[in-house]
Amino acid sequence: MLFKLKFDSKAVKKPVISMVTLKTSALINIIRAEVGPRRGELIVEVEDSLADEVENSFRELGVDVCRLKKKVERSDECVHCGACLSICPVEAIVIGERGEIVFLDNCVLCGNCVGVCPVKALSLPV
Amino acid sequence: MKGKSGVKSVAEINEKIREGNVCVVTAEEMKEIVEELGAERAAREVDVVTTGTFGAMCSTGVFLNFGHSDPPIRMQRVWLNDVEAYTGIAAVDAYLGATQQSEKSQEYGGAHVIQGLVRGEEVELKATSRGTDCYPEKEVNTTITIDDLNFAEMVNPRNAYQRYNAATNSSNRVLRTYMGTLLPNFGNVSFAGCGEISPLINDPEFRTIGIGTRIFLCGAKGYIIGHGTQHCPGYATLMVKAPLKQMSPEFMRAAYMPGYGVTMFVGLGIPIPVLDADMAEKLAVRDEEIKTKIIDFGVQRRDRPVVREVTYAELKSGRVEINGEEVRVSPLSSVYMARKIMDELKDRILKGEFLLSEPVERLKEGEPMKPLRVVTRLVKSVMNEAITVHPETDVRSAARLMIEKGLNHLPVVDERGVLVGIITSWDVAKAVASGKTGKVGEIMTKRVITTHPNDAVEVAARKMEAHDISALPVVDENGRVLGIVTSEDLSKLLAR
Repeated sequence: MLFKLKFDSKAVKKPVISMVTLKTSALINIIRAEVGPRRGELIVEVEDSLADEVENSFRELGVDVCRLKKKVERSDECVHCGACLSICPVEAIVIGERGEIVFLDNCVLCGNCVGVCPVKALSLPV
Repeated sequence: MKGKSGVKSVAEINEKIREGNVCVVTAEEMKEIVEELGAERAAREVDVVTTGTFGAMCSTGVFLNFGHSDPPIRMQRVWLNDVEAYTGIAAVDAYLGATQQSEKSQEYGGAHVIQGLVRGEEVELKATSRGTDCYPEKEVNTTITIDDLNFAEMVNPRNAYQRYNAATNSSNRVLRTYMGTLLPNFGNVSFAGCGEISPLINDPEFRTIGIGTRIFLCGAKGYIIGHGTQHCPGYATLMVKAPLKQMSPEFMRAAYMPGYGVTMFVGLGIPIPVLDADMAEKLAVRDEEIKTKIIDFGVQRRDRPVVREVTYAELKSGRVEINGEEVRVSPLSSVYMARKIMDELKDRILKGEFLLSEPVERLKEGEPMKPLRVVTRLVKSVMNEAITVHPETDVRSAARLMIEKGLNHLPVVDERGVLVGIITSWDVAKAVASGKTGKVGEIMTKRVITTHPNDAVEVAARKMEAHDISALPVVDENGRVLGIVTSEDLSKLLAR
């Protein structure tokens, strides 16, 4: 499960990730992090079975939690050209049987493909 | 059917289409059939093979006729959604090129306007003129849709490349090109073209693909009107046309190659009549046999070095080897869409909606491309002798040297003359201000941006601009300093 965590000026000062790990014993994988002095935004991956518990623990610490769909979103504008293919660092984009471009579940939402799409068909889930 | 290899004519095939007993297969199906039955029998069984491609084709555009306003205007300049069209033709005619950029956004252009028209959207039309006795109006502002146009014909000077060079990047920075985003240090490869299903690769002698051949262009019935621009042996191209009003949005897509510019994905299909066994054999061509080159876009010159030869089979596998490393590959043409086009065209022929036409003239073989001769100034012609220092030189002596020689940059070299750093007058000033007046090696910048003697001065200028610096040491392939080129040297060149 992917979570988007939003820290306000209070929560951002606490070692939240470590606190939640100690409390729930969940292994938390940080995918993306933008932390400033007044606020922060993190995307983290947590094992599905512990997702509810981890989510609650974050909320108790004053962190705003939003569950993310774990994949880049694609609109009908996609023409399956494949410009995104070699840009993906985790090889989550492959060509299917009919030549169609398929997005696999190991996407880490890095957003690299979004920036190279010639028809702007890709976006990161909010 | 007659003759030893089932020789057929286009007229006979059209008769079969009308009667509803024609045998049509896609290029992919044909390859299997020839492999199974051999060329002779395949030529007897199959009448038509549909081929297709769907790729970014910059050389695309539309001729438009807007009709006359009252009072009438001779449109000397025309904009559609702020994208300018070419008007150096009759009063209310214009040609809108796919790659023309909007005056408001570089990510929007002619291709988007063309797509908008085909999708039935309203487009803002602005036209200006100086006014004449017969055309007094000086400005028109209105909105139009495709239905308001008297005439809208897509006319593309260069489409459907037989094959295309693949691209990679040896440089140490990301390149944003018409071949997509190229990652540094051979980080990826991109290629265009659909290989074995592309039209021209399946009729390499242009026996049936010629002037007057009826084709599928973005969903419409169109025609080949000549060979394309830059048509040359092995890399044949087509000039094509079709009515915009018959086109379908599904088979075209406006695009913006990030950091490069606007282009258009064009869907093009050509039915190839199987006239005899020899044609069937050509139609059996496989990706493994279609060779192209991987070109290094890291070298910003016309004659970019060839990194290696490669087949379309390797490119389509998603990985190629470069210098012993496995590199991932991005296609830029859509085999998925090309298949849709082949299927659609096959369907239309089977339904009797699409008849074949015989070319009225064959395409010529093409000649090797002539380059544009321009004076290329090389870095070696403008560089100056470099005064260098060693890492062990003390900062004070370096400062004195700068003042004596009137220099702002001193390349730092080791005992073999190999570049190890650079110091600028600013570095020296900073060092003095903070009391660090020790050795040059302690204050120098170690990652130095360099240029080579045979680089074009434009390339050197772009490097300086990109890195916001004002001088580049010129080094040989071993990193030895040969000279230095400064932004002042380059501005003198411009002032000449």
